[in-house]
Amino acid sequence: MALTVQIQKRYGDFRLDVDFTAEDGQALALLGASGCGKSATLKCVAGIDRPDRGRIELDGQVLFDSEADIDLPPQRRRVGLLFQSYALFPNMTVERNIAVCLGRLDRRERRRRTAELLALLRLEEQAALHPRQLSGGQRQRAALARVLAAEPRALLLDEPFSALDSFLRQQLEEELRDLLDRFPGPVVWVSHDRGEACRNCPRVCVLEAGRSSPARGMAALMADPVTVSAARLSGCGNLVPARPGPGPGLAEVPAWGLTLRTAVPWRAGVTTLGFRANRVRPAEAGEVNAFPCRVVRAVEDAFSILVLLLPEGAEPEAPPLRMELPGEAWAALPDRTRLLASIRPEDLMLLE
Amino acid sequence: MDWFPLYNSIRVAAVSTVLVFFLGIFAAQAIAKLPRLAKGVLDVFLTLPLVLPPTVVGWLLLLALGPRRPLGGWLLETFGLRLTMTWQSAIFAAVAVSFPLMYRTARGAFESFDRTLAQAGRTLGLSDACIFWRIQMPCCRQSILAGTVLAFARALGEYGATSMLAGYTPGRTATVSTTVYQLWRTGQDALALRWVLVNLGLSAAVLLAVNLLERKEGRSWP
Repeated sequence: MALTVQIQKRYGDFRLDVDFTAEDGQALALLGASGCGKSATLKCVAGIDRPDRGRIELDGQVLFDSEADIDLPPQRRRVGLLFQSYALFPNMTVERNIAVCLGRLDRRERRRRTAELLALLRLEEQAALHPRQLSGGQRQRAALARVLAAEPRALLLDEPFSALDSFLRQQLEEELRDLLDRFPGPVVWVSHDRGEACRNCPRVCVLEAGRSSPARGMAALMADPVTVSAARLSGCGNLVPARPGPGPGLAEVPAWGLTLRTAVPWRAGVTTLGFRANRVRPAEAGEVNAFPCRVVRAVEDAFSILVLLLPEGAEPEAPPLRMELPGEAWAALPDRTRLLASIRPEDLMLLE
Repeated sequence: MDWFPLYNSIRVAAVSTVLVFFLGIFAAQAIAKLPRLAKGVLDVFLTLPLVLPPTVVGWLLLLALGPRRPLGGWLLETFGLRLTMTWQSAIFAAVAVSFPLMYRTARGAFESFDRTLAQAGRTLGLSDACIFWRIQMPCCRQSILAGTVLAFARALGEYGATSMLAGYTPGRTATVSTTVYQLWRTGQDALALRWVLVNLGLSAAVLLAVNLLERKEGRSWP
């Protein structure tokens, strides 16, 4: 079973054009910077917004089809949407927030199911509290309990942790993952955080300025992002314009005055060379892709040092090259003002 | 002292407040969904009775409901239903002048209502009626209550349109405000003073009620 979304919509100057499929048991991350249309996409799927064109299908049932003029109201879609703000009803207790979504059951069944959901999300002690009295994590759990009460066939999560302090996230993320593992239908998880997407979603669909690129495996995206925007979202620290070099397997970076050897041959459409900061290393003379650099600045992070380098032949206005090193490795360097850096050819990504 | 005017005033104000409560909320909810132009035009039209002199409102009402006018005449001939010069006639006047107060406060409250709550309700399978009565109305109850009390107070003090529609018949259509005018006109100052004091007491009670309500509302939900 799957959720297939293929929609277009204009919002003023902004164009949303997304196309993806989320399958059972494989949470799909919609990854993109803020304002790229992630939340708008979820609203269209849930039926709150109406796309201009396209088709949305869930488990073989058409929820929306502009050509057949089908547009089911949200009530009949049975798509659970966890709002970014959680949208708990402020006038009801946690218990009422859940029970009100169980109107289809008789009174006894409703009470039983409410108690069950409160227990599942460890909210028994908060049952009689109002949303404003809850902590951020409890609010999220209450919103989840409520979404589950409606027995959705698919789950849409809109930045589920954006309203929470970062120190709370780790445990809550594990709990949410456990819960999602037991959810039988498709899950779409909107995020701007690659770490979050990586930890929780085996598949990912990158959204940039309203346009989606084909969904891929998360590992594949991290290893080979293909496009510049995907590389940026995957946390690639170095992105620099490049052109084909003087021979096969060579790429030239004019800004840094470098010619580098790549493991994959140049292809049409490539504009940019990308590599991760932690793949740049201090080198010995004579290594492949080794070049002398001047240290511009060293920034201390929690467990590592980010070193900004400028290759010797760089243009005056060139962006710095980022190298990430463990603290000890940085301290062990004999000269911390000049050094020889290198990147292995297989760590260089050719991006469109 | 004949207490009929007080009884009649409260009766008229109570009935018209109930009517205005539903009419105002319905209008506010319906207009919120309209396109911008229609919204602007209707909004002006519905708020007009608030700024028009009550005598103008009364005149316009008589234009529709008077016994020699199309609607009023037809009702009188067909059903023997007289729309003017009865105690119920004052209800038309009170509704017309107090409606904008309810409508505007309700509309303001609905506009500031967090729409994601309604959207969440819809994705959770709640019917639109359920969302309206069990989420939107409770969330807006502070403004709705304030609007209701204001509408009641306005209906209670209505004079201009009421005197034109219901006139002044002691024991039948007299209200507190028309009685005060009548007593002053006929030089019964002592009696007029008593009614003025009744009026002051009534207004103070309404304002006290508003303040008490507001203090209670201030606590809202925890």
